[in-house]
Parts: sequence; C-alpha cells; structure tokens
Amino acid sequence: MVDLSVDLGFLKLKNPVIAASGTFGYGLEFEPLYDLNLLGGLVVKGLYFKPREGNRPPRLAETPCGLINSIGLQGIGVEAFCREILPRLAGLQTAVIANVCGEEEEEYARVAEYLSRHRGLAALELNISCPNVREGGMCPAQDPEATYRTVKRVKQVSSLPLITKLSPNVTDITAVALAAEEAGSQAVSLVNTFLALALDLESRKPKLGNVLGGLSGPAIKPLALRMVFEVARKVKIPVIGLGGIFSSQDALEFMVAGASAVEVGTANFVNPLACPEIIKGMEDWAESQGLNRLSEIVGSLKV
Amino acid sequence: MFQDKNARITETRNWGNYFLLRMSAPQIAREARPGQFLMIRVSSSLNPLLRRPLSIHNCTATEIEIFFQVTGEGTRLLSKKNTGEELDVMGPCGCGFSLKPEFKDREIFCVGGGRGLAPLFFLARELQAAGARPVIFYGGQTLSDLPLKNRLEEAGWEINFSTDDGSYGFTGLVTQLVEQELRKRKPAFLFGCGPEGMMARLADICQLSNLGAEFSLESIMGCGLGACWGCVRKIKKGSEIKYHRICQDGPVFQAEEIVWSGD
Repeated sequence: MVDLSVDLGFLKLKNPVIAASGTFGYGLEFEPLYDLNLLGGLVVKGLYFKPREGNRPPRLAETPCGLINSIGLQGIGVEAFCREILPRLAGLQTAVIANVCGEEEEEYARVAEYLSRHRGLAALELNISCPNVREGGMCPAQDPEATYRTVKRVKQVSSLPLITKLSPNVTDITAVALAAEEAGSQAVSLVNTFLALALDLESRKPKLGNVLGGLSGPAIKPLALRMVFEVARKVKIPVIGLGGIFSSQDALEFMVAGASAVEVGTANFVNPLACPEIIKGMEDWAESQGLNRLSEIVGSLKV
Repeated sequence: MFQDKNARITETRNWGNYFLLRMSAPQIAREARPGQFLMIRVSSSLNPLLRRPLSIHNCTATEIEIFFQVTGEGTRLLSKKNTGEELDVMGPCGCGFSLKPEFKDREIFCVGGGRGLAPLFFLARELQAAGARPVIFYGGQTLSDLPLKNRLEEAGWEINFSTDDGSYGFTGLVTQLVEQELRKRKPAFLFGCGPEGMMARLADICQLSNLGAEFSLESIMGCGLGACWGCVRKIKKGSEIKYHRICQDGPVFQAEEIVWSGD
C-alpha cells in the first residue's frame, strides 16, 4: 500500500486531489455520483458576503481543448452557505475548504471572519484571482502589494489556515506568490483561469455576455505547469497546482514540478468521476514505481 | 443520477440532418422522467471538450433514445456513431415536465417545433399511460423537417402537422395552428419545446387563453449537475427575477416564469 497522504503543515490530506472551486458547486452536487470522502479535499464555490447574481449569459464558450467561462461568481452568499450547506458538509471525512471572495479588502475580511466562526472548515482559499468580476479582468492577484494587503487583512480576522489562489494573468507570478507568503499565507494555489476571448466571426460579437472570460481545461496545462514550477522554486510554503488536470498523469506531473497537492476543475464537467479516477491512477502509478509515499515525488523534476 | 460509461448503441436511424440513437442504459432508463435530459460525451478525445445535453426522446425498461439534429461539431460526431459502439452517458439530469393527476381524461397539447419534438414523444407516452389524451402538434419549415411523422402516426395519438411552405399539413407556423385549435377546444395544459420565438409566441397564446403551459429550454451547459452555473437564464419566481440554472432548476419551466430573450 502506497501512502497517498499529503502533509501541508497546517492540514493533512488523505490524498493530494482536491476538487477545485467553481467546478464543484457547494460539493453536494456530486454526492449522487460518488462518495465525497474519497477526495483529498474539496473547495466550494466562491463566497461573497451577500448573494450575487453573476454575469449576463452566455457564460460558457468551448474552445479547442478548453472552456472559457464568465460565470461572475453567482452564489448564495456566506450566510446561506453557513446555514444551509456547511452543516451538511461538516460530517465529511475530507478537507472542506471555503473559497473567499470580496469586492474590496473589507469584504474579504468580513467573509473570512464570518466563516471562521463556524465549524467544519479545514481551511480558506482566498480568491483574489477571478478574472470575471471587474472590468478588464482586474483582480488583487495582479499586484504583489494588493495581494500582500488582502492576505494580511484576512489573517488578522481569521485563524483558519489560508491558501491564496493566484492569477496567471501577470508578468511574474513568483512576485505575487512571495507577497502572499510574506503576508502570512500558509499555501498558494495556482493557477486560476487565463483571461481570454472567444468571438463569432459571422456576427462579429463576443461569444460571452461579459465579453471576456477565463480559459481553463487541457489547453492551459503546460502554462500552469510552468508557473507551478516557477513558484515552487521560490516559496517555502506548499504549492497546490491546478490548471487543466484531466488525468492521473497530469496530476503527477504537477507534483513532480513542485506541487504538494493538486486541484481538479474543468475535468469534473467532462468526467464527473474525474477526481476518484485520478486518485486511483496516481496510486497505481506510485505502486508501479515502488514508492512508499507518493509525496516523495514532489519537486523531483530533474533539471 | 448515474454515469453509464458503456451505454451500448442498439439502433441508429437517420433522416437527412436528423438522427435517432437508441442505447442500453438500464439504471438511467429506470429513473428517467419525461423532460429530463442526458449529458453525453461525444468523443473520447478532449476536443470537443464538453458533454452535450440531449433530451430523452423515449425510454423503455432498459433503453433510452435520443433524437437530434446536427447543429455543430458535437452533434456531428454523435451522428457518426454506429450500432454496437458505446457512449459515456450521464443522467437523468434536471427536472422534467409536471404530470398532474387532473390531466386524466383531458386533452393535453404537446407542441414541438423541429428537433424540439425530442422530449415530447416520451411525454406523450407517459401522458397516455396516465389516462390523459395527448394531442401532438409538430411543425417544421418543410416536410423533411418532420422526420418523426410516421413514428408519431403509428403511436395512434391525434397529430396535427404544419409546415411553413405547406408541403405537409397546415400551411403556416405551428403556433398559428395551435391558436386555430384553441378556438375550437380547451385542453387542460400545453407542453412545448422548440425555437425560442415559437415558445415565446405560445406562451403569449396560452396566457390569452388562460391555459397553463410548460416549456423545455435549451442552453450550452458545463456540468449538467447544477455545479458550474454556466447555463443560467432569467426566471421570474413571484416578483423576483433571477438567474436560474437550466440544468438543475429546469430545463422545464412554467410559461409565466420564463423571461423570453426578446423581452
């Protein structure tokens, strides 16, 4: 038996596979299809303080091996989440992580503070990197200083472990990762989606109601892998890798590039059993390699 | 909700651009209700990436059928599948049509435009089984848009055909045909599926006739499970208009709830 567990320092996962925010609803949506306790963890859909309507449809555009979305974080808000959803997730034997959003710094703090007062969460993932909320895809994760301020503010009000989710829409992602680390983030997860455009040539109109969206899926995997590699070499805190992971091979590659754990996102749509199948595939591979602990491979890229 | 990765195709039929696939998927077939849909993987490759949502056209104890028109790459790939091949199918997804006890012994109008007839065949069968009298309206631009004509006639229900060019049945829009019939009789309910303009017009007609109605809506979808919020549409609940998920809260909505795209 290979030991699949991952010790992030602040959190121990039974395996490295976490369902990614925005692709897994509030977790319960996938319950009819498999036992959620198989997961290393799950990150629920982004939470603002108040319910949020999200962006004008169409919100999805398919591109070669990719998906551009502009959902705009439609959601029920943190109060309804804690009242109606969290009690149902709290009994799970998997790490339940809440994704924290905010229009500005104070809202991030309010959401994090509210969540910290409730039982059942293993950690918070700070979503400072959604490209679909402000004009032109702007977000705090595009600026090391704004990242530092937001992380610092949230750390002041919440004792829960914090994972900061980074944007790939920057010149140097390592600068932002270092800022998050310096401000006290216990881990970083990367990457969120790539700001993208799809258009219809016939009508010369954008395919998405919000014009721009975020690209995810296999199309972004090599880019995400590169960024995980770059960040993992610079920071001391654990890196959680994501971006186009569709198979156990993809997940293992992220670990070799330096990720301690991975998140699986868009793959959940294409194959709702993606997460448990990836976990099984990673286990089989580790066994075939004669590994005792899967985490031995983290950062083992030979360069 | 089930994922059947080995739904074996047992029959394929084709009329020009329209296709019917029958597949064996016992778990899904056991739970399926009219108006629900399937999320089907059209290729084992990652391009195209997303599953395609398709209405359940017919359902037996162990098999399900889909009826579709080739409208893009996904349906084109699906149309190439042969008997014996296996599909990765998830379902049954969404909420179906509301079948009410008071439909018994009453006429129920089932109005389909083009490929919109897809979910109405299963519906009409269930209505009949529940003691109601389905009255089918099937409209298209021309006779070749009515490929299910023979199949419907064999089922023995009352059927009213319309074509825009008059090549078969009533000459004109199916909405005009429904309007004409509503002057003569009063069904208990109307179910519709088809182009947006057709459904919006039917919703107006039903409101004027004080006739309850439900429509099945279409959208590009991400997950089909209510997890991604990619397929939303404005829906009125009471005085509140909000984005609802077509995959989870629909695809069937009451006529008065739907905010039509032309509004």
